[in-house]
Amino acid sequence: MEFDPLLLARIQFALNISFHILFPTISIGLGYFLLFFRVRYTLSGDKSWEYLYSFWVKIFALTFALGVVTGITMSFQFGTNWPGFMEKAGNIAGPLLGYEVLTAFFLEASFLGIMLFGKSRVSNRMHLIATAIVALGTTLSAFWILSLNSWMQTPTGFRLENGVIYAESWLEIIFNPSFVYRFFHMLIACLLTASFLIGGICAVRMIKKLDGAETHKGLKTAIIAAAILVPIQIMIGDLHGLNTLKHQPAKVAALEGIWETEKGAALTLFGMPNEQTRETDWAIKIPKLGSLILTHDLNGEIKGLNEFEGAHPPVAPVFWAFRIMVAVGMLMLLVAWLTCFNLRRKASLPRWNLNLLSWMTFSGWIAVLAGWYVTEIGRQPWIVYGIIQTREVVADHSSGTVMTTLVAYCAMYAFLMVSYVGAIRYLSSKPAKSLLQLHEYSTAAQTHTEPS
Amino acid sequence: MEQALPLIFVAVMGLSLLLYVILDGYDLGVGLLLPFANDQEKDIMIASIGPFWDANETWIVMGIGVLLIAFPNAHGIILTELYLPVTLMLLGLILRGVAFDFRVKAGITKKTMWNNLFFLGSLIAAMSQGWMLGAYITGLTDSLISTLFSIMIAFCLPALYIVLGSAWLLIKTEGELFAKSARWLKRSIMPMSLGLFLVSIATPLVSELIASRWFQLPQAIGLMPIPLTCLIVISLLFYVSNKKVEVIAQLNPWLIFLGPVVICLMAAIGLAYSIFPDIIIGRVTIWEAASDTSSLMFVFYGVAITLPCILLYTFFIYRIFAGKATELSYD
Repeated sequence: MEFDPLLLARIQFALNISFHILFPTISIGLGYFLLFFRVRYTLSGDKSWEYLYSFWVKIFALTFALGVVTGITMSFQFGTNWPGFMEKAGNIAGPLLGYEVLTAFFLEASFLGIMLFGKSRVSNRMHLIATAIVALGTTLSAFWILSLNSWMQTPTGFRLENGVIYAESWLEIIFNPSFVYRFFHMLIACLLTASFLIGGICAVRMIKKLDGAETHKGLKTAIIAAAILVPIQIMIGDLHGLNTLKHQPAKVAALEGIWETEKGAALTLFGMPNEQTRETDWAIKIPKLGSLILTHDLNGEIKGLNEFEGAHPPVAPVFWAFRIMVAVGMLMLLVAWLTCFNLRRKASLPRWNLNLLSWMTFSGWIAVLAGWYVTEIGRQPWIVYGIIQTREVVADHSSGTVMTTLVAYCAMYAFLMVSYVGAIRYLSSKPAKSLLQLHEYSTAAQTHTEPS
Repeated sequence: MEQALPLIFVAVMGLSLLLYVILDGYDLGVGLLLPFANDQEKDIMIASIGPFWDANETWIVMGIGVLLIAFPNAHGIILTELYLPVTLMLLGLILRGVAFDFRVKAGITKKTMWNNLFFLGSLIAAMSQGWMLGAYITGLTDSLISTLFSIMIAFCLPALYIVLGSAWLLIKTEGELFAKSARWLKRSIMPMSLGLFLVSIATPLVSELIASRWFQLPQAIGLMPIPLTCLIVISLLFYVSNKKVEVIAQLNPWLIFLGPVVICLMAAIGLAYSIFPDIIIGRVTIWEAASDTSSLMFVFYGVAITLPCILLYTFFIYRIFAGKATELSYD
């Protein structure tokens, strides 16, 4: 059986980056919550905040480690499977990745040591600073990588000579047209993912009656944050959409399943985009709403996929990924606001509310993956939009070689995912009082607090 | 400046990779020694590297990153040719990295499994790095000789890491574990020295280019300090590690650790001399592979500012965690 090596290489990259993104998404958001918990404790002296920090710092450390090791894998992936990208766009990609290493990676890796293990060795102030620096480091990391990724989507500030891209204006490269929207959209996505993770696990603990005052505080903090952030995220998403329409019309056409250019386009809620007939079958449409959302004008013009025939992304994956992302986003809004409403009205949250929150624990992961699939699959067939195509830059490995490494990564990631979810469940099941005593190696303490 | 930039960047890359070998070398070495320790000792050994491993590992990202930034074509060629050992190394580093956390966060029944995976990850990473080094030195050719050479280095590099690891443990531990570490050091010097010797004679045999650089007079005389220093350091290490534990405990353990560090430095200088000015031996020079000057300048400013900062706060972190290893507690 002969598989297309390009397709295998793309699947491998997709696998590596999808698995990787799950973990920094949590770390970036959780880092800020941890900082918040420590600051609240320092200011109020209320021990609940310290319990919350003690509990969540363990999950943070585990998640951070997974982010680091899968991230190291990413830093090698360009060279091992996509050397052409380095040849043609290395003058741009190199420095941006370099700055990520220089300013973010070393910073977060070094101060993480103090944050996790140095609490008793440094002053409280130093520890707060270290925690803040770690959070800052993760954010800087997101800054640089999103700058590069956005440049690949909306390239500016360069010149093309003999098929090689050269840098002309670093300001234009870094702050390319789509960067600001994508950076903030991702940052808030990280905070939302962490909110629902915290909310969900706190809810589970409350259902199992493992809770103390701190679990309620944690849930409240997380859900209030979510309730404020989801509407902001929706607004940024809208602005992001307007920007994408301007610079990547083929991507918008694909995510909306619009084949023919039209003014006053309908919104296709659901349907099955058909690339053979170049129509969307069984479409459920709301008239005019498509143009209204995408252009803020009831009669705005949307270019259809047929204008980009041969150079637009596969339609169905982008179409459905977008709908999944929006659906999860709407669900997040509903659950966050509903929970806030109940928090204000009642002394304790009803059981159905806690159940709902527990099901939403990993909702951030679904939304983030769906969103990234929209933007990255939506960029195809380009690796640098409008300039270099993905198939031009793939390495010359045989399909057998790529299949081998693909299977190896798959197996490793499956194993790690099972271990990760298992560890979170294990950590979440510990009774509250044991939290402050769960040390890294005190096997004596572990056997005492082990649930029978 | 245009001529100097590739030189500056190859020096930064060399420094990063040297620091990587020394720093991640000692924590991979500690990982390799885990099977020889009892459960409580395992905990202390991992506690001795816990606060440092992440930053240590970042130096390889820096090294490969500089290769990517400054010599993008070479980066592509090298990583494509080293595809399989690189993938193996990544899998090993992944296992080792997550084992730090999973061994204490997955429940007591899983701890032994994760301790074993910690060792396995360290071994896979160390051996595949040896394979990569061997393949690189032989110019990324696909011959039987280069394969055998790579296999040899795949066994020698872990030996070096074990020397680094046991010397690190002399700094960080006391009592029974200190005594064990001294024994580990004593036993690992011979394998490391043998490996170093084999690599030294094999390298000029597999590469005519390198042979011609070393064995011509008068260069050969000027290069003598390199093997001589290694011989002196090895003899000193041998002498010290054969002393009674009580005597060793009186010495400054950082001086003992300096031994394998100097060996790494000598090996790096030797390698640099052998390869310069090529970045891929016999194929591409650093000037041919260098990226555009404007990109290099942009990064140069960043490196000039951040690299000293990185070295500074790294030193700061080692100061905070100085002294014998204590349990890794989050409180």
